[in-house]
Amino acid sequence: MNALLSKYPEQVEKILAKYPADQKRAAVMPLLYLAQTDENYVKQQSVYEIAEILDISPTDVVSIIGFYTLFHAEPGGKYRIQVCTDLPCALRGADQFLEELCASVGVGVGETTPDGLVTIERVMCLAACHRAPMFQLQGDGDIAYHENMTVEKTLALIEALRRHVKTGEAAHD
Amino acid sequence: MTEQTTFLLRHRAVPNIDQLQVYRENGGFEAFRKVVTSMQPADVLAEVKSSGLRGRGGAGFPTGIKWGFLPNNIWPHYVVANADESEPGTFKDREIMESNPFQFLEGLMIASYAVGANLSYAYLRGEFWQIAHGLDEDIAALEAAGLLGDRLFGTDYSLRLRTHLGAGAYICGEETALLESLEGKLGQPRLRPPFPAVYGLFGKPTVINNVETLANLPPIIEKGAGWYKSLGTEKSPGIKIFSLSGCINKPGNYELPLGTTFRELIFEHGGGVPEGRTVKAFMSAGASSTIVTADDAALDTPMDYESTQNVLNAPLGSASVIILDDSVDMAWLVDKTVHFFRHESCGKCTPCREGTYWMSHLTHRILHGKARPEDIELLDTVAAQMQGKCLCALGEFSTMAVRSGIEKFRADFEANVRRAPHG
Repeated sequence: MNALLSKYPEQVEKILAKYPADQKRAAVMPLLYLAQTDENYVKQQSVYEIAEILDISPTDVVSIIGFYTLFHAEPGGKYRIQVCTDLPCALRGADQFLEELCASVGVGVGETTPDGLVTIERVMCLAACHRAPMFQLQGDGDIAYHENMTVEKTLALIEALRRHVKTGEAAHD
Repeated sequence: MTEQTTFLLRHRAVPNIDQLQVYRENGGFEAFRKVVTSMQPADVLAEVKSSGLRGRGGAGFPTGIKWGFLPNNIWPHYVVANADESEPGTFKDREIMESNPFQFLEGLMIASYAVGANLSYAYLRGEFWQIAHGLDEDIAALEAAGLLGDRLFGTDYSLRLRTHLGAGAYICGEETALLESLEGKLGQPRLRPPFPAVYGLFGKPTVINNVETLANLPPIIEKGAGWYKSLGTEKSPGIKIFSLSGCINKPGNYELPLGTTFRELIFEHGGGVPEGRTVKAFMSAGASSTIVTADDAALDTPMDYESTQNVLNAPLGSASVIILDDSVDMAWLVDKTVHFFRHESCGKCTPCREGTYWMSHLTHRILHGKARPEDIELLDTVAAQMQGKCLCALGEFSTMAVRSGIEKFRADFEANVRRAPHG
């Protein structure tokens, strides 16, 4: 049984319809995003399911996960806070922001909070150079930008995410 | 002071232009209607060629000429909008797509008609997740309004648009890597020839145009090539969005005629550098640029494709101007840019894969006080050996800040080396 297909039949069909019928492989990235919706990483089982849907080898699917930074083969936080520290952001204090954020949360860069809620990561340019410090929040099948951030505002966001996971309360606008 | 225009960043002049109704009330899709109902594809191509519009993604190649490369005996043709905007310092396409999305889509539709494409794609970097979902809704609205679909305006022309999200890879801004990625493969550049104009998406003739390039098309069709050429300079006609970032009081996007000077952008529009600081240098084309010493001659250089290249020996590229004040250590800067390129190298060709790796080792060593004096020369040698040998421009770009930084700001590197115990 193909769990991805049976869970998201309409989405899979919609994704496949975006590409010519003889070019199904083009759908591998959108399908990986779909597979990542629930747990923010691609489970081994999903690899086989995507390969089956697209009639390509599981190795091909794994190579795509490995090449692109927004796909994750291993579980991390339910949410990933991805801070840009490239040159323009660094000139606006992004490195210091990341350092202070990690110290406040009590994790290192690339690490996950003990409750599995957030992973804090350093990423490359996100096209928001004029509004640093900034990060993107990846989780719940979404990627959202948070710009002109402070450590204080970020800690409040993390608390809101924690409440959201516990109670279903909306975490951010 | 040159006044900022709003031909591309039209949302700054017309509120709610991101809504289809408002866009149409302000003349939206009249240019598309005009080309489909009253112009032959060849006429559209001729008009765009005559406007002198050049690619806004970085290369500055004339758009009309690029379209003209597609052969007429191989079909279907595709147009792919390059919305992978990932160059450190560039954030212009994002503002267009977020706030004036229909102008971008109309431009994509005009380009599609001009080359006879019936299915076109917008390839967005994965981080533009919410923008892509907004565009999906906009495309659905256009289908519902009869502006996309079969037999448009009662003609034989049919067109559909689709978005495709990347997933975090700078290299996918390189057009052949972008095509590979859109086909569901690793985003690695193709060996050329054959060029995408002949062997592009799914092996078919393909035009790849930057978002800003496409957003220029509706006003060009509406107001004419003559109007467009009246703006900017003779060889770099028209307007350009300059992304201003770094050590600057008012970072942001500035839409100005090509040929405006760096001085005007930095001091009049951008409000200068923070108090007590002076401009030490700038980069004209993001992290891919050479570092330019900010002397009077450099500041007075017009920002157009020829002047920037000829006077500053730096590309205008996508016009992402990063300002560096006198607090910036150029060895630190070069470590930042090299780290970026090392991370983003796709690994396909050896000079880039190995070169960026070794350069980043050396810059790290220099920055952390562990370098020998000869490491500065070694770093420059590694960069020099990469030049002209990489499969695509990424490898070449990675050497720009390194070589110009060492050439113009060697003292910054030497100061770091002196901190080393054996320096």
